[in-house]
Amino acid sequence: MTAVLKHELRNYFHSFTAYVFGAFLLAIVGFGSMLYNLQAAVSNFEYVLSFGSIVFVVIVPILTMRVIAEDRRQKTDQLLYSLPITTTQVVLGKYVALLAVYLVPLAIISLYPLIFAQFGDVYLPTSYGSLLAIFIMGAALIAIGIFISSLTDNQGLAAGVCIAVILFNYYSVSLSEYVSSTAFGSVVALAVIILALGAIVRYLTKSELLASGVCVVLFALVVLVYFTDYTKFEGLLPNIMKQLSLFDRFTTFVSGVFDLTAIVYYLSVAAFFLFLTVQSLEKRRYN
Amino acid sequence: MIKVEHLTKYYGDFLAVDDLSFEIDEGHVYGFLGPNGAGKSTTMNIMTGCLSATSGHVSIGGFDIFEEADKAKRLIDYLPEQPPLYMNETPTEYLRFVGEAKGLRGEELNAQIESVIRQVRIEGVKDRRISALSKGYKQRVGIAQALLGNPKVIILDEPTVGLDPLQIIEIRDLIRQLGQDHTVILSSHILSEVQAICEKILIIAHGRLVAFDAPDQLERSLLGTNEISFTTDAPAERVRAILAGLKHVFDINVSQPENGLVHTKMQTNAKDIYDTSRKVFFAFASREIPLLELNLKKASLEDIFIELTESTPDAGQTEDEQAAGESEANDQ
Repeated sequence: MTAVLKHELRNYFHSFTAYVFGAFLLAIVGFGSMLYNLQAAVSNFEYVLSFGSIVFVVIVPILTMRVIAEDRRQKTDQLLYSLPITTTQVVLGKYVALLAVYLVPLAIISLYPLIFAQFGDVYLPTSYGSLLAIFIMGAALIAIGIFISSLTDNQGLAAGVCIAVILFNYYSVSLSEYVSSTAFGSVVALAVIILALGAIVRYLTKSELLASGVCVVLFALVVLVYFTDYTKFEGLLPNIMKQLSLFDRFTTFVSGVFDLTAIVYYLSVAAFFLFLTVQSLEKRRYN
Repeated sequence: MIKVEHLTKYYGDFLAVDDLSFEIDEGHVYGFLGPNGAGKSTTMNIMTGCLSATSGHVSIGGFDIFEEADKAKRLIDYLPEQPPLYMNETPTEYLRFVGEAKGLRGEELNAQIESVIRQVRIEGVKDRRISALSKGYKQRVGIAQALLGNPKVIILDEPTVGLDPLQIIEIRDLIRQLGQDHTVILSSHILSEVQAICEKILIIAHGRLVAFDAPDQLERSLLGTNEISFTTDAPAERVRAILAGLKHVFDINVSQPENGLVHTKMQTNAKDIYDTSRKVFFAFASREIPLLELNLKKASLEDIFIELTESTPDAGQTEDEQAAGESEANDQ
């Protein structure tokens, strides 16, 4: 794993990736601090982070688009398979390298509250709590990006899909107000989700039987619940969209609450997508 | 060293490797020969752990490539058809990564990198970007990668494809050299190449092993159509009578005498063509008839290759299906 980690790090710092990523993050946070902390003279640094979190829509794809797609394109994945390291080690090595690249600008940003504290009253626990939360949220988003990158050998496609996914996640709370909150609407949405889940199972296992089995069982469950107590479905869809949003949970930290549930949620998302990435890479051996 | 047992691989419905079994001993250069789409790359990918088998086992030095992947992979190294190089690195950086991934550290790592760089003769370009290197040098960097960690077995998938003639000769020399301390398995669809370098040849067609022997043994034993021709000054009837007493000869064609000389051509299906020619010689010599000329035309490896690989075992398989399977195999 250390070999992959060192190799990836050297790669990022030899190419533009790390610098473009860092520059973007620093620029938007710098701009935010200027607006909020300097011009508006607000002493809450966490507002800046909340304002800056939209930048993930751009910087996560920049960071993750090539991570596995590039290996596939230049066929170096064959080298990784034939080396005496496991797929899990490869994925973890790449992930930790990305986290390291992500930590560099954050380390610089972490000095800002201290600087502002010199000139006024900054409540540091909220600032640093939010900073930690944004690091972990970014880590979850990066894991999603890695998974998307592992699905294709086209960097552009990986970046595009990644932007779409993160953007949807970012706006899912606002969107949730417009979607149908009736029970029937929720059932339709659930059906779509179940089909998408079936497609993922089909892609990862190549087993139509398993995929259709999963779909049928879930459909049966939904239908059963719908006919026994359809009120359960009322407002379910907007609720799901709110629950899935990574960004929505971040607002809790900004308002000064260190929400452990959210941290656990972020970590679970990261672990889940890394697991899927390993499966997606392993699957290439089993087709 | 390598044991392949009942290996079968399906890509969807396409059967790429069909119940393949063979064993490879330590030392020697082995040639893995077959037309395009015969299943060479698939087999090699499975042998090196890059691909799973549908059924069957591969073990390297007693370790199963899937069950004990870590130990097995330390014994075997692989250069795929397209060298897996990171184009924006220098050979030294690239080799350092591969060496570290193979578990080499510190002094040993440096020493090995230096030694493989010397072995494949890329000292002059070791600090240039790989993307700027010529195809021959890229291939060498690929071989250097496989040499790191001093594996017992090195598998090279079509290592000379796309090189110019001079580079081909250099790479072949290098492979021959490697054969002195490693077991080398080399795949190719070029017959002369395999014949020139390899001590043993596996011929594979339609995913099946059709022959496994030393090149000259293959020539001698595999095909029944070896031709013997000779010239004597005995009458044609006499020649026919003598030949009638010999076994393993057929299609005897005795010409009309020309200037008192009779030319005879015949086929033999004996296991050893020299055995037949010896018998022909003594049959005439014991009757005090001199053979003025005796020629053997052995079936060349080329003939054997064509004969073995062109016969379609599955009558149901069409060309289209094979082409589809080939392109699918290339996508892997």
